[in-house]
Amino acid sequence: MTLIDLANPTRFLALTARVLPWLAAATVILLAIGLYQSALAPDDYQQGATVKIMFIHVPNAWLSMFVWGVMSIASLGTLVWRHPLADVAAKAAAPIGAAFTFLALLTGSLWGRPMWGTYWEWDARLTSVLILFLMYLGLMALWRAVDDPSRAARAAAVLTLVGAINLPIIKFSVDWWNTLHQPASVMRMGGSALDKSFLIPLLVMAIAFTLLFVTLHLAAMRNEILRRRVRSLQMMQASRIAFSSESGSRGESASNEVGAA
Amino acid sequence: MRLSGHGLRCVRGGREVFAGLEFAAASGEALAVTGRNGSGKTSLLRLIAGLLVPAAGTIALEGGDAELTVPEQCHYLGHRDALKPALSVAENLAFWADFLGGERSDAAESLAKVGLDHATHLPAGFLSAGQRRRLSLARLLAVHRPVWLLDEPTNALDVTGQDMFSGLMREHLGGGGMIIAATHAPLGIDSRELRIGGTA
Amino acid sequence: MTALSALIRRDIRIALRVGGGALIGVLFFLTVVVLMPFAVGPDLALLSRLGPAILWLGALLASLLTLDRLFMADHEDGSLDLITMSRTPLELACAAKALAHWLAAGLPLIVATPVLGLLLNLDMVATGAVALTLLAGTPALTFTGMIGAALAVTLHRGGLLMAVLVLPLSIPVLIFGVAASQAVIVGPMTFGAPFSILCALSLVSLVVGPFAAAASLRHGLD
Repeated sequence: MTLIDLANPTRFLALTARVLPWLAAATVILLAIGLYQSALAPDDYQQGATVKIMFIHVPNAWLSMFVWGVMSIASLGTLVWRHPLADVAAKAAAPIGAAFTFLALLTGSLWGRPMWGTYWEWDARLTSVLILFLMYLGLMALWRAVDDPSRAARAAAVLTLVGAINLPIIKFSVDWWNTLHQPASVMRMGGSALDKSFLIPLLVMAIAFTLLFVTLHLAAMRNEILRRRVRSLQMMQASRIAFSSESGSRGESASNEVGAA
Repeated sequence: MRLSGHGLRCVRGGREVFAGLEFAAASGEALAVTGRNGSGKTSLLRLIAGLLVPAAGTIALEGGDAELTVPEQCHYLGHRDALKPALSVAENLAFWADFLGGERSDAAESLAKVGLDHATHLPAGFLSAGQRRRLSLARLLAVHRPVWLLDEPTNALDVTGQDMFSGLMREHLGGGGMIIAATHAPLGIDSRELRIGGTA
Repeated sequence: MTALSALIRRDIRIALRVGGGALIGVLFFLTVVVLMPFAVGPDLALLSRLGPAILWLGALLASLLTLDRLFMADHEDGSLDLITMSRTPLELACAAKALAHWLAAGLPLIVATPVLGLLLNLDMVATGAVALTLLAGTPALTFTGMIGAALAVTLHRGGLLMAVLVLPLSIPVLIFGVAASQAVIVGPMTFGAPFSILCALSLVSLVVGPFAAAASLRHGLD
């Protein structure tokens, strides 16, 4: 099976139908292991049990950036190689990425509550992720704003790539802005090396969440392909109705004439 | 020079407009593209102009300038006149002549040929639809391009305007140019017909 | 070169002639700045502290809103088709259009800054600093906003959606523009560091903007 074969949506559907159950099973198993290990992980001597939010927060934050990377590659596929599945992949990834980013924000602010005494702090990391979330929402709005999927795909691809260039710059600017306004009052994460008892569950959770993304993404791509098929079937049906109603109205006028006679 | 297209397929908005389209035009030849509404006359012109990307097939200009792409050797006259109402007639024409570049003719002479020499300093916004069309025809004369792609060129032109335009087209063909025109009305010059989308 | 200078001259001429783009942008800038004291109160000390931020926000909104029709007008009258077909690379044509827009609509904002600085109780040095940062930073706003203007053509719609898409991209410019002006007024930073980063942002957008806009336009015509 080569990449060319995968380009065919029908083959893609057939292949993913076989792969998806296994992926889903692997995701569930890894998630279970990861959650179990995180539950067993010791409490932090400073943060207590709240440190366990990290096992959910960090994988979500990692995926919020990873998904933008996936969309950027898909966008290159749309603009450069005109790959038929690329814009499907980009479109399907956006809401999932937005969801992970939202979860990263949510868990971040829940974690911040006991640490900072407030749900929101204009911390550099949180702020950057918030901007990332806004950009995900903007992309989704763009996808929704246009009927023709191929047209929206090109615009979204340009915006995704510009975002990929701009995101590091935004991250850098926000870090700079933050140090300017709040010198050293913020909790520094990862300042000390993580202990093994934290690191292993964290890695397992990161892999589990990545698998979760792959599973959800493939399923969403299947949905999107099917949705486009329905759309083209509806368009065909609409043009058929248009033709038959023309002949129908002709028949009607004929019967009118008969009635008049 | 010879402009040809092979196996052209056009898809717009997920719908196939035409497929397997072949055409060819040699120097001094005019091609009248006909067909019912929605058969893809405009799409074909925009494919040649490089404004749409064909889903399949190729377009080539043999004997043209090898340094330039096909669209760069074409004039495109679409439904819209590409005029700025705020600029005067002369400014509009001078801009396109400067911007398009290449072999140029005298702008005043071009305006005289389309019958707008009395209006050079009027803002283009004051022109009637027919006069605007004449001004965009002057663009075809002000800068030389071997291929003219015309989309319903005689729209909005009165009878004298159409005669004038037929004369200009004959002159262009006589100079070794090519014309591809999408049209419902007769062009008023000798042309071959290219019918797309089956019977009308 | 003739082609590009012709395009720049045409766009500037249109912007100045219809009483359109350029002057309305300045008027909008003025209105936004005048609105601010009504929101925060006429406290001169507070205003002079917020001054650079207010001026920068006003300039950001003014330049984005006037950019909306940068390509749309050319698309509607068919000019964009001819520009795409021409022998001038589309990237350069986009850059020329953005430059013309900056000259016609961005530069007047900077000229108006001293007057508005007076209203916001900024002293000479502070006003000069804000004007200088605007001079260095507004090209970045124009060339980033140009991407949104090109997307508006592809999507057949502009306005709010474009603002939502483009505004997050201009956050770095805002951060460093305001930081550099604040550095002059209150310190403790030096003016040089944020100002050079601001210049770097402008240079990067000078490259990225035209390419992204051209890519969007080339794929978006129909």
